[in-house]
Amino acid sequence: MERSHIKQEINITEPLMARINELISHYPADKKKSALLPVLHEVQDAHDNWLSIELQNKVAEILEILPIEVYEVVTFYTMFNQRPIGKYMFEFCQTAACCQNGVEDLMDYTCAKLGVGIGEPTADGLFEVRGVECLGACGYAPMMQLGDFYQEHLTKEKVDQLIQDCKDGKITLHDK
Amino acid sequence: MGRKILLDKINVPGIKTYEVYRREGGYASVEKALKKMTPDEVVEEVKTSGLRGRGGAGFPAGMKWSFIDKKSGNPRHLVCNADESEPGTFKDRYLMEYIPHLLIEGMITSSYALGANLSYIYIRGEYMWVYKILERAIAEAKAAGWLGKNILGSGYDLELFVQIGGGAYICGEETALIESLEGNRGNPRLKPPFPAVKGLWQNPTVVNNVETISAVPWIINNSGADYAGIGIGRSTGTKLISASGNIKNQGVYEIELGLSVYEFMNSDEYCGGMQTDRPLKALVPGGSSVPILPANLIYKTAAGEDRLMTYESLSDGGFATGSMLGSGGFIVYDDRACIVRNTWNFSRFYHHESCGQCTPCREGTGWLEKVLWRIENGQGREEDIELLWSIQSKIEGNTICPLGDAASWPVAAAIRHFRDEFEYHIRFPEKVKNRDHFVHEPFEKVKHLIAKQEV
Repeated sequence: MERSHIKQEINITEPLMARINELISHYPADKKKSALLPVLHEVQDAHDNWLSIELQNKVAEILEILPIEVYEVVTFYTMFNQRPIGKYMFEFCQTAACCQNGVEDLMDYTCAKLGVGIGEPTADGLFEVRGVECLGACGYAPMMQLGDFYQEHLTKEKVDQLIQDCKDGKITLHDK
Repeated sequence: MGRKILLDKINVPGIKTYEVYRREGGYASVEKALKKMTPDEVVEEVKTSGLRGRGGAGFPAGMKWSFIDKKSGNPRHLVCNADESEPGTFKDRYLMEYIPHLLIEGMITSSYALGANLSYIYIRGEYMWVYKILERAIAEAKAAGWLGKNILGSGYDLELFVQIGGGAYICGEETALIESLEGNRGNPRLKPPFPAVKGLWQNPTVVNNVETISAVPWIINNSGADYAGIGIGRSTGTKLISASGNIKNQGVYEIELGLSVYEFMNSDEYCGGMQTDRPLKALVPGGSSVPILPANLIYKTAAGEDRLMTYESLSDGGFATGSMLGSGGFIVYDDRACIVRNTWNFSRFYHHESCGQCTPCREGTGWLEKVLWRIENGQGREEDIELLWSIQSKIEGNTICPLGDAASWPVAAAIRHFRDEFEYHIRFPEKVKNRDHFVHEPFEKVKHLIAKQEV
């Protein structure tokens, strides 16, 4: 579905606004735009890990910049999602050492187990598999990122366990 | 046992906390600098140390500091480049995750030297948990009086913040990093003006790597001369090496510059030799952007001397027979590694990470990736090797930032040293078609197939 057709409830809570204001305070008063990337991360975390156009417009309003300035940043950086994604996003590193250590097989295995292709959320919206470029964990390959954390030295057995732990709600996605 | 100056306290229980870090002598360099030294004296010590930028370029840090424009009257900034994203490199994360106060101490001392009152650590977005570790450590340091107004009663003020990136390798380039820190796309700027003149918000700015800044406390606590006494020639001090690939002991090591590549590869203190006792085929010594070395040039230079872990020895003979120390991303390949697939993998990375600003890089990296992919998949054409050579030569040196060079060098080196493997892929497509693994049978075993046919 086109992202523009998907509605997202915008919920800038008081604690979120307080955090945004704190981030803005890290920069000179006339350089509010510098807070854009950290603010986008916070807002995305608080909105099911994606940023609709409406939400991007809201960020522009908060930072007192043009919406286009937000769009061009969101479309440039890979960590900002422009559509709803699986709650548990398995981001497999597919560069150099991870590739050398069999990450491609592991990705195929995970997709088959979840019954999805790369970049397709499961029907229940719980999982998604994505290939990403180097995550800086080459000595601990193969690996993936899940939420804020790295899962390293992966095997099929570890992937099985992670999937089960996600289903059981045992995985912490963010370190708050 | 090599001397450790960055990782000497890494195994102290609780060293991540301010309390333990301080008890172990942490923040002494800030005390010494602020109470006993002028900013210029701190700069001079760093110059004397010969410390070179540890992010990859190897530019002398003290000299970079001395370029900062003090006459403009504008605020000055120090920005720490923690956007570690070079494939094969994972050392900065180790420092920040396990001993975060070392970087913060280095940031304070270095900011004082530069006259910066507002400094930032720009960390890659994927290191989110490390970002939070740093935020907590900064809060601890501030609560203890090492940041803020009038630090130690010296009259010096400093605010330090961590800025999180959004997952773009290009932001490791210093001007792209500055653009990103300003809330923009990470498009590198034309230089000059260099950041030391017009950097963050057009103010004089120094951008240094995590490892570089983390070495400053030791230099100030001891002396620049002591630091220069470690290492060999212009490769002074110690260096963190991230070792990965087909070796027994993968991980981050601190070495004294000047250690031989052979000893680093084979001693139990470091890599411990090959993982499965298979022959060594190739080495990328300094991260994915540096030229790959074939087995016969790994331990010895073209001149027949022992190859050392130094900026000079690793680049001996230029790219024809040498490589670079780069970021210290040390990737080892045994005889089963497919060089074509490895080169394609690197090219895909650079294509994906190109910011798209310069045509040779935006288009050329994509062409490299596509041509390498068809060779790897048994659809290669006779003219493809020359085509690859032509494309890479048109990218190198023709872009605003070094990402173009970084995309070009691995391809050129792979063709230079492993041309027969490319030819094998093109001439025997049935051997490689539909192969979806990174390794294949040892290439030495199939070389006779090429030898039997006229080139």
